Amino acid sequence: MDKQDTARQFAVGILVNNHFGVLNRVAGLYAKRTYNIDSLAVGETEDPRFSRMTIVSTGDDYMREQVVKQLRKLHDVKEVVLFEDNSTVGVEHALVKMKSASEYSAGISDLVERFGGKIKDFGPDYVVIEITGDHGKVEAFLERVGRDAIIEAVRSGLISMSRDLGQVLSVAEYED
Amino acid sequence: MQKTGAEILVEELIAQGVDVVFGYPGGQILDVYDELYKNSDRITHVLTAHEQGASHAADGYARASGKVGVVIATSGPGSTNLVTGIANAYLDSVPLVAITGNVGVPMLGKDSFQEVDIVGITQPIVKHNFVVRNVDHLQKTVREAFEIARSGRPGPVLIDIPKSTQQTSCEYECTPIIPGARESSPTQWTDLAGSRFEEAIAALAHSKRPYIYCGGGVIASGAEAEVLELSKRIHAPIGLSMMGLSAVPHDYELNLGMTGMHGRHQSSRIHSQADVIIAVGVRFSDRATGDVREYAKDRTIIHIDIDEAEINKNVPVDIPLIGDAKEILSALLERVEPAHNEEWATTIAGAKAAERDRNPEKFNPQTIIRAVNKHFGPDTIVATDVGQHQMWVMQNYVFEKPRTLLTSGGLGTMGYGMGAAIGGCFATSKQPTLLFTSDGSFGMNLNELATAVSQKLPLVIVLLNNGVLGMVRQWQTMFYGERYSQTTLDRKTDFVKLTNAFGAQGFKATSLDELEQVLSSELPTDGPCLIDCHIGQDERVLPMIPPGGSIDDIVLD
Repeated sequence: MDKQDTARQFAVGILVNNHFGVLNRVAGLYAKRTYNIDSLAVGETEDPRFSRMTIVSTGDDYMREQVVKQLRKLHDVKEVVLFEDNSTVGVEHALVKMKSASEYSAGISDLVERFGGKIKDFGPDYVVIEITGDHGKVEAFLERVGRDAIIEAVRSGLISMSRDLGQVLSVAEYED
Repeated sequence: MQKTGAEILVEELIAQGVDVVFGYPGGQILDVYDELYKNSDRITHVLTAHEQGASHAADGYARASGKVGVVIATSGPGSTNLVTGIANAYLDSVPLVAITGNVGVPMLGKDSFQEVDIVGITQPIVKHNFVVRNVDHLQKTVREAFEIARSGRPGPVLIDIPKSTQQTSCEYECTPIIPGARESSPTQWTDLAGSRFEEAIAALAHSKRPYIYCGGGVIASGAEAEVLELSKRIHAPIGLSMMGLSAVPHDYELNLGMTGMHGRHQSSRIHSQADVIIAVGVRFSDRATGDVREYAKDRTIIHIDIDEAEINKNVPVDIPLIGDAKEILSALLERVEPAHNEEWATTIAGAKAAERDRNPEKFNPQTIIRAVNKHFGPDTIVATDVGQHQMWVMQNYVFEKPRTLLTSGGLGTMGYGMGAAIGGCFATSKQPTLLFTSDGSFGMNLNELATAVSQKLPLVIVLLNNGVLGMVRQWQTMFYGERYSQTTLDRKTDFVKLTNAFGAQGFKATSLDELEQVLSSELPTDGPCLIDCHIGQDERVLPMIPPGGSIDDIVLD
């Protein structure tokens, strides 16, 4: 509650029922409590009755505590974990469509290789590159390519899971 | 056996023990109403004048009875008219199930006639809501809805039932209702032997000036006796939030009454002097705490609540105990040693003696409420609307028993009272029921007088009539340089004639003698009556701790 702790970005992982409207409930909770969502990624789990979400937002300790507690009260939410940086693996995907004219794309193959990316599609005027990595890596790639060269870039938002076996959002315990 | 969705719904309501529902029919809920008609010997439907009135009636019924209130409305405007009532129940943690019709599944999403996304609209103000597109899921959904509404921290749940679901049949058997996981273990509190519990015991043992701050959660949990016992054991005075006001008998020697913005001066003062605050079933509303930093300074706060998200939400808590208040207090009582600090006892006794009455012989809000109070027994359900009259009732009416006070706390809904009084009256099998209201609040939902007349409800409506929106006017007086923007009503409503036009009796009182005469006369037992009491437009609610202030900022007169 004290004001001295500063806002920082944090991610939560959420296991939810895979119903229509659930995304709305989760996003609505953030809005209602006046918290901004920086990125949100959601997909079906290995059990189609459930989805996992990773939501990144920015806030102080008070907000982090409230987000987790309020999320746990939603009836479609099965479990919530607050990811700590040092015990979490996380990646983000980006698709970057860039101009292929030589003034923009000189050395692009090397750059893509260095970033571990792939060329997914190309034509006479453009090339589409896939990049995977943490937020900083994607950010660095986009910076290197340069704003002028980019036609459009789509980012998935962070997906995260815990590094060890402690904070697992498991679906195994839910009977059919 | 094959049953339609409408038949299943009504059977499930009856299986839940619902004997009265409040509502208003319409096109997309016709099938349900057809079943209510056929089952009118098993379940009573109360037709209100407006869906909002029905929602408040279901809320009032739930508060007074402790059971889940049920309201039924049609799609579109029928459902949107419930929104205020649902929000009201949500803010005050009232168990409510709202059932709405909707257009048939093939028509959903097409902006069909009287179609709205009521599930989307109500999402932020319900514990949970459902659309039942498939009749096979209806029984399970209704059961889950009731369970969610009454378990843990209670609250409203909405079930939207498209017309096609009401009309479609499926195999149905009304199996016995088994409490689900949420109810069989209502608490997540596994901390009994844990360190926080020990910390609480230690804090109480070392406390020189303990204070119990008690809220609506005490009533929801049925922990009144445990609170009282703890208070006696450690000689801790009790201050009440508005939602907790009926939890402790008024004349209990350590009951200091309501605390906070318009609470009793001494209750707030003693509150601010405590070294340990045992807060039970409260959410530290800004109306109760004032300046949060000042509130939490130099004292230990033990917070007992079933909703973990309330811990540290408004006030930083030192020792949280999460779970059912009755269970936790019982566990504490097994360990807490008797204590009695003479100095603290003297301070409390002095504070109680310092409470004084103002102008006991004049005709003013205080004397009116006290005069009315004398004519009604301790079991009488008392509903209020919202505003100055509400605060005067909190300060002057003597509440002896839990669940006798129906008032809109969190949402502060003007117009709540008429519906709530109707619901409260049904909860007591139509015993005489009081409503304190004002010309402003009453004007919002007075159409429900028609309901009280047709249902022959013995409501006694005491209207404090000052011709202004008094509470807002008071703020304009105190904080807005007496610029009375849009708070002078300047209406010519004759409330006696108005009441007569609805088919009820109306009285007017301009003095304590006249009021006494009305109250002593034979008030109707088969319908409502209204007593129009004219009071001054500059009567103020005092004491007042200005918003965001502390006890040092209190305005006494």
